Amino acid sequence: MAETASTAISAGAQKTITTQATARRQEALSGLAFVAPAFLILLTFMILPLLVAFYFSLTDWNGRTPLTQEGAYDFVGAENYRELLIEGRRVDDFYNALKNTIYYVFGVVPTQTAIALVLAVIVNQRWLRFRGFFRTAYYFPSITSSIVVSMIFLFLFAQTGPVNSLLNAILPGYDSVNWLANNDGVIHNFLGLFGINDDTVGAWAETEIFRIELWDWISGPSVSMLAIMILAIWTTIGTMMVVYLAALQNIPGSVYEASSIDGATAWQTFRFITVPLLRPTTFFVVTLGLIGTFQVFDQIYVLRNDTTRETTMSVAYLVYDFAFGSLSEPRMDRATATAITLFVIIFFATLIQRRVTGGDRANI
Amino acid sequence: MAATTVDLPVNPRRGRGWDARRVLSAFGVGLLILVAFLEITPFVLTVANSFKCDPAVVSRPWGFIPVPPFGVDCETVEDGEIVSRLTADEQVSGLTFNPTFRGYDEVLTRTPTQDLPRWTLNSVIYSVTVTLGRLLFDSLAGYSLARLKFPGQRVVFFIILGVLMIPGVVLLIPRFLMLDQLNLLNSYFGYFAVLSADAFGILLMKQFFESIPGEIEEAAQVDGASRVVTFFRIVLPMATPALVALTIFSFQGQWNNFMDALIIVGTDPTMFNLPMGLTTLVGSGQDIQYDRVLAGSVVTTIPMAILFFAFQRYFVEGVSYSGLKG
Repeated sequence: MAETASTAISAGAQKTITTQATARRQEALSGLAFVAPAFLILLTFMILPLLVAFYFSLTDWNGRTPLTQEGAYDFVGAENYRELLIEGRRVDDFYNALKNTIYYVFGVVPTQTAIALVLAVIVNQRWLRFRGFFRTAYYFPSITSSIVVSMIFLFLFAQTGPVNSLLNAILPGYDSVNWLANNDGVIHNFLGLFGINDDTVGAWAETEIFRIELWDWISGPSVSMLAIMILAIWTTIGTMMVVYLAALQNIPGSVYEASSIDGATAWQTFRFITVPLLRPTTFFVVTLGLIGTFQVFDQIYVLRNDTTRETTMSVAYLVYDFAFGSLSEPRMDRATATAITLFVIIFFATLIQRRVTGGDRANI
Repeated sequence: MAATTVDLPVNPRRGRGWDARRVLSAFGVGLLILVAFLEITPFVLTVANSFKCDPAVVSRPWGFIPVPPFGVDCETVEDGEIVSRLTADEQVSGLTFNPTFRGYDEVLTRTPTQDLPRWTLNSVIYSVTVTLGRLLFDSLAGYSLARLKFPGQRVVFFIILGVLMIPGVVLLIPRFLMLDQLNLLNSYFGYFAVLSADAFGILLMKQFFESIPGEIEEAAQVDGASRVVTFFRIVLPMATPALVALTIFSFQGQWNNFMDALIIVGTDPTMFNLPMGLTTLVGSGQDIQYDRVLAGSVVTTIPMAILFFAFQRYFVEGVSYSGLKG
């Protein structure tokens, strides 16, 4: 009797164990099968191209000679990077593009983040009416194609376009600026109002840093680049505002009641309660902003022209320009080296930003 | 209520603070209205000016109220020769103007290198196929990462996370080279293959599946349903909110996608999508044809705008959703 029972139990246990093992194996198989299609697509069209880009950045392949042809390319080590970053024909191009991109990123990201935050805080006020209207108005540009937005700006900033005619009407003595064909640096123009320019400041301004004269660094983005920066801010604040708004609605009302009882002013509440509580959101918004702006391409594709070729050239556009800009002399080696360099820059920019905005504490 | 307030010890700054708040509120509303004006006006002017003849678009851009006669001719033609052109001052008067359909006529004319109806169809095909692909592949992968255990799961997860970090520009050239080798440039399948799964969507779905309880699926498993059946019959219907967000992101992203179109389908005008085609309508250098540019922009935006106003709630919820989850 007892013996039969124990046999039954052990047989049962045995069966459970094998069923469990089978179930686990089945789960693993389904798990792999479910993840496989997406993973293979990403591997083929995201990871592999990255490796391909890196590979060709170490060669001298021009992109025209068929790869099947004997001796289509040679390995040149880090030569493309040296030519781009240290000394060579392309150093000027690269640092010029980098300068433009840095001005673009540091002009656009803080501005759009700050405006989005302020708008979100106001839209979130309980007494505000027509909240839906404002949200729609701000968000609409975000659903519009970057190309369409660029076309709209091509029209807005035309020599006799809406922007200039409006400024002419409201600013007496305004002299129409040809926004989209103006290479003057905006800081250069501003300092010029006080009679400060590269001739009056002295010889130090001619010192070269990264192959660009100090004065050119100080000059800031060109007027044309400023128009593209305004475009980026104009398009993005809606998305950023909606993200902030969602985060604000997650802050419990009791927090504000407590601060109100403590007699905090509106500014104090904003500065010491709202902003710190929104830190994870700010981290998210700034990260998105950085990654997006460092890659600025579409807008430049539409809004640049022969006049502003130099001052609107971004690093991302330089990649394209090296590869496809000159049909007679494509340089895939140089283009891929530039692309990989941009990848590294974005990677480190995100890391540094994580430190600065406290993203490492934000749990994202 | 008022009496209680009076009885309380009065903060000496309170009276002023309240006034300051009112000023601040007025200032805040003023700011909201100003920004709303700045965000809306360009669209109003774009639509209005897309109905003007080229000379009026840039020289008299602020006339935005259409008045009859509608459908005026931009040129007077006699015996096949243009004898006069409608000037900006003839078409626009103050804030009103007489609309023409000239810009739309021009962009909707089909030629071997310009075919807006075809580009619209292409945009629909690219956006729909990629969105369907992502709905299927991203949700399968997201579910697998969230619920199923398999060897190598952590590695797979971190690779997908790493993919998020890769800037699109870096991939332009190698993708072009790869598709060229595979003979997939300028094809619907090439576009679909490259974009039919994305790391963001997978992580979105993974996080969604982690946020809902797994008991119902477990019950289905006990009842002997296969994983595949459980997934399609039980899991996916529960994931509707996340799938809606993914649909919107994906459709919007592809409808507006320029950079990938430039590389994958950018050398054959019959395969362009709308943004790619639009860049070829501009004209070159100093000779920009603004009426065509704006008419093309309006045509490109209308389908997306209709979707936005029809499903606005989901658009906004989708952004907040992804934003909160990071």
